[in-house]
Amino acid sequence: MSMTITEKILARAADKAVVMPGENIWVKADILLTHDICGPGTIGVFQREFGRDAKVWDRERVVIIPDHFIFTKDEMSHRNVEGLRTFAREQALPYFYDPGTPTYKGVCHVALPQEGHVRPGEVIFGTDSHTCTHGALGAFATGIGNTDAGFVMGTGKLLIKVPPTLRFTVSGLKPDYIMGKDIILRIIGDIGFEGATYCAMEFRGDAIAALAIEERMTICNMAIEAGGKNGIIAPDEKTLAYVRARTPKPFTPLYSDPDCAVAKDYTYDVATFEPCVAKPHSPAEYAPARELKDVKLDRAYIGSCTGGKLTDFIAAAVILQGKRVSVDTFLVPATQEVATGLATEKINGEALTNIFKNAGCLDIAPPSCAACLGGPPDTFGRTHGREVVISTTNRNFLGRMGSKDAPIYLASPLTVAASAVTGRITDPREFL
Amino acid sequence: MAGKKKSVISNQQSAISNPKSAIIRSRVYVVGDNIDTDQIIPAQHLNLVPTIPAEYRKLGALALSGLPADYPPFIKRGAAQAEYGIIVAGRNFGCGSSREHAPIALGAAGIRAIVAESYARIFFRNAIATGEQYPCETAANLRTVFQTGDEAEIRLDREEFVHVKSGKVFKLKSLGAVMPVVSAGGLFAYARKTGMITA
Repeated sequence: MSMTITEKILARAADKAVVMPGENIWVKADILLTHDICGPGTIGVFQREFGRDAKVWDRERVVIIPDHFIFTKDEMSHRNVEGLRTFAREQALPYFYDPGTPTYKGVCHVALPQEGHVRPGEVIFGTDSHTCTHGALGAFATGIGNTDAGFVMGTGKLLIKVPPTLRFTVSGLKPDYIMGKDIILRIIGDIGFEGATYCAMEFRGDAIAALAIEERMTICNMAIEAGGKNGIIAPDEKTLAYVRARTPKPFTPLYSDPDCAVAKDYTYDVATFEPCVAKPHSPAEYAPARELKDVKLDRAYIGSCTGGKLTDFIAAAVILQGKRVSVDTFLVPATQEVATGLATEKINGEALTNIFKNAGCLDIAPPSCAACLGGPPDTFGRTHGREVVISTTNRNFLGRMGSKDAPIYLASPLTVAASAVTGRITDPREFL
Repeated sequence: MAGKKKSVISNQQSAISNPKSAIIRSRVYVVGDNIDTDQIIPAQHLNLVPTIPAEYRKLGALALSGLPADYPPFIKRGAAQAEYGIIVAGRNFGCGSSREHAPIALGAAGIRAIVAESYARIFFRNAIATGEQYPCETAANLRTVFQTGDEAEIRLDREEFVHVKSGKVFKLKSLGAVMPVVSAGGLFAYARKTGMITA
């Protein structure tokens, strides 16, 4: 019986030879990821249901990465991180990345793979909808709520429905001005905000294979913006090299059978893609950037699990080198590793940090989710008024970055950087 | 309508022992398509921890505070709960985040059921796992009939949704295995009740 990569991973995790879309199965979790805004509630459910002194099912598999409300004066946010600290100590968790210490990482969806917790063929549950990011490394990864996460914490298992697969084949030679963000925004625009509800979104084709791992993460990260249960890309040599450089743990990759059935096939020629944006207030509001040059901006933002990786900052720096931004430009590296890369990575001999400084960007913030989701009032980059924002993040919902009156346009780092220079939405081909 | 009883929920107790008799009668609050989790509970309030009772109640007081300004207030200024027990919604209700704060905020505000054309996957599941409300679905476009404040009745046993004033009856999709889980009070309560979990 032929199966997709998603079905094969779930079948193995359920100790079954075959699973079918729509089937409800119990699967074993390889990793449970949580953070500072859903971790406290998850622990609350776990201790209420399994007992105050209960132990997590496997302390090697519970990974806690605080990242959302870190650099704030908000006392409740500090209380929540302190609760995680206590729990990690009580449970002797080896993978708690503690803010304010050298183990602090930053945004969980970039830190999880960087620290070697994402391995092809495994099952990852996380208390965050963008957990689907990790499918970029050939894992099954999906977001869950606190109650389900509390259950996983106690038992290591979860009842899930096997999703049907929507398969997106993107072929052709990818132009330099097209990034992972342009590919996924176009696809979401085509299938709609709920076009993949309950489904797996599998991406393949030579244009996908040509992408760096970080760029593949951008694509899988936004599967949820079409309602997808998971995004996934079959592992290749790049994937295996990335993972092996980060963990000595063994893993067994899985791949779709060549003749497997999928619910729907979509094919694209990447040459037809253009630098694009998603207009307020939905990631599915696709428009080519060149059609919106009359939109005047107040702010540019580069950061988050979607658009705050080193590859994203390199793309922005390619545009910004030797130029000046004309709007406030906020830079938030996703993780400490990315922040370090900004200082060491160079273009034409100039470090990214200097390129951004000379371009007039605001001082680079420490790694965290920051204004991607608004957050406490003192969050770096948060909107408070009617700022018009162009951002490399993943959601442009009403009020997403803080103020309901601040419209958000989503775009690739190339498009965000080009727009930061002109102060209007700008197709980066004007600068390349 | 200050001082009026918040929402009339009859047979809620018997619903737990016998879901077939469950009737939820209340005034409705009507919203559109694609109501995302940031509109249900804006991210800045995610410093509230739902398993702490005082913070659970506070989440309720903040429910739907992210809606556009042209919506009527869901919760009156200073009130702890809404005057509504049922939300009528369009497509893709609860899209976006996995934050369980969303169904919890609605439940804490007094919402016992939602009747929508469709749901985002994680919200639907979280509503069931927490037992906060019945996530009912219908193929009908209810927003041509229902206005915020209208009286409505959900007859879970007959899978019907009634607009009381006009007497119009809409068919609900079967909740199937979801029904006893919500009736029991969520995933853990159901698992205990049915012997899946001991203690």
